Amino acid sequence: MPIKSLRQAINEALYGEMRRDERVLLLGEDVAGGMGGSGNTQEAAGGVLGVTAGLAREFGRRRVIDTPISESAIMGMAAGAAMTGLRPVAELMFADFLGVCFDQIFNQAAKFRYMFGGKARTPMVIRATIGAGFRAAAQHSQCLYSIFTHIPGLKVVVPSSAYDAKGLLIEAIRDDDPVIFLEHKALYDTKCEVPDEAYTIPFGKANILAEGNDVTIVAFARMVHMAVQAVGDLKKSGIHATIIDPRTTSPLDEATIIESVKRTGRLVVVDESNPRCSMASDVAAIVADKAFHWLRAPIKRVTAPHAPVPFAPVLEDAYIPSAAAVAAAVREVVELDLRKYASARQAGN
Amino acid sequence: MERELLLAAYRHMRTIRTFEERVSAEFAANHIPGFVHLCVGQEACAVGVCMHLEERDYIGSTHRGHGHCIAKGCDPKGMMLEIFGKVGGLCGGKGGSMHIADLERGMLGANGIVGGGPPLAIGAALSAKTLKNGRVVVSFIGDGASNQGTVFEAMNMAVVLQLPIVFFVENNGYGEFTAASYACGAKDITQRAVGFGMPAATVDGTDFFAVYGAAGAALERARSGEGPSLMQARCTRFYGHYIGDPQAYRSKQELEACRTENDPLLKFRKAVLEQQLLSETELDALDRQVQVEMEAAVQAAREAAPPPVSSLTADVYVSYGGES
Repeated sequence: MPIKSLRQAINEALYGEMRRDERVLLLGEDVAGGMGGSGNTQEAAGGVLGVTAGLAREFGRRRVIDTPISESAIMGMAAGAAMTGLRPVAELMFADFLGVCFDQIFNQAAKFRYMFGGKARTPMVIRATIGAGFRAAAQHSQCLYSIFTHIPGLKVVVPSSAYDAKGLLIEAIRDDDPVIFLEHKALYDTKCEVPDEAYTIPFGKANILAEGNDVTIVAFARMVHMAVQAVGDLKKSGIHATIIDPRTTSPLDEATIIESVKRTGRLVVVDESNPRCSMASDVAAIVADKAFHWLRAPIKRVTAPHAPVPFAPVLEDAYIPSAAAVAAAVREVVELDLRKYASARQAGN
Repeated sequence: MERELLLAAYRHMRTIRTFEERVSAEFAANHIPGFVHLCVGQEACAVGVCMHLEERDYIGSTHRGHGHCIAKGCDPKGMMLEIFGKVGGLCGGKGGSMHIADLERGMLGANGIVGGGPPLAIGAALSAKTLKNGRVVVSFIGDGASNQGTVFEAMNMAVVLQLPIVFFVENNGYGEFTAASYACGAKDITQRAVGFGMPAATVDGTDFFAVYGAAGAALERARSGEGPSLMQARCTRFYGHYIGDPQAYRSKQELEACRTENDPLLKFRKAVLEQQLLSETELDALDRQVQVEMEAAVQAAREAAPPPVSSLTADVYVSYGGES
């Protein structure tokens, strides 16, 4: 099977779906690039990170639409177009730009179906990048999936591999609800086997990357890779972990997570977001609520601190949850002796 | 204009007026929950524009949207049921006054967010342009929304992509409790359109014939692929921002002038009677007929059942993790 990067996988998914269905079109800032310039006006960019390269040449400017820098208009236009017969894929570029267009996403697109009594369909996809690690500082590095996840009516996808990205994006484009598809910038050049043909991966179906009986690790997007690295090290100490990548935060595959915790009795959630009201907190709450009596240790959350993403490299490196931090959290819950808790409680501490 | 069109125009305007006045009375009697914003005084805008539209064309509306809905062909009884929050409402009682929509009639929704509609409306216009189906879009906004960035973005985008849309600004003089003369930096809202490279015109929004004439030209332009334009209609709002607003910010004289000088229905009657286009008898007969219809709508809404609690979580998604 051919080896492809996540960037290629996404490009392939877009290419295939645009070829298959002419109602699919791309909207966004510089999805092709070069309009009105004095140089290459055919395709100057293909997306700021090159993800949509070649699509304007193939499908033309009427389906690969360069827009002004007007995020509210882009998101609203996608929602209005979706409600009236198209299947737009709108690019928000950086998920951080959510701040200038959230109304169109969460008050408008997300609510049409419910607010209009089940009569509307809004088949749109919003692609945006997430993630720290690029020295891009506070306004271009956040992992804002929990904010979208909070909103009923939106679906939220956080792929961690090229294979998943292709299958999940095709699923997103064929889905009849608004889907937020978040691509971690640090994963664009990660590679794996990706079939040439189209395939879909259903939403709400977690991927289990490793199976072990000592602890369940739930990780999102780039953090899946941190978990895999940590588990490699832990194995040498005889600690065996299950790694669950939910792939989508809405819908969330609660059943797979709870099933695993019932077996392992321990949970570590790894999330690159800030900790408050995060996916880490959400998964912890769900497990505490629905599987409390199976737990043999407190739930641990490994997250970024409650601080914006810093610029200075040494600070940013300290901001991002590391494989070492994941391993430390796992050791803490595995090596924990619950009897200590009992005696502490008796002593009144 | 042909007699049939004149009768239809009057009927629509009267329906809007009577609908709103019945809503006002029912709200006062505590039969209607929530917030309700009435469009009495603005009937000629909705009807003057929508009489040029076919069912397949689209409109986007505002929180003051009952008139737009009726003018675009929504069933007043279904609207009344919706405003009461009852089964059989156009949105199953899940939307209410601020979210009435009827997609089959091209009514893309009232909107609870000031300035929320235009970005969506340009999307419908993009569909029309992409699918080459000849449809046009009217995005209704008020003077309040004319100060929102989303509206500027939508106008610019419509010009850049040459979309078949008309931005129709109903300038009723007030955004909530603050006068447009204070809140709109440019004293003339049409200047904004000019800033984006769009033609714009101002009409008397209380004069059906003025609105009808100007809207026809703007929509013809949109339909023939010449791009977007803006129309400002100056009108008045008889009631306050919402039902129950005491309107302390308006003088007594101004409020009285609404009804004596700026009533679109009175003006219409006067014009057609003077020109002997329609007779008083037939206009009065229409008034009575509409009154009976609206009474029946109110009665149906009072008697209808509330939505079942089981519908609380239905229709959040088309499908969600295998469930629907």
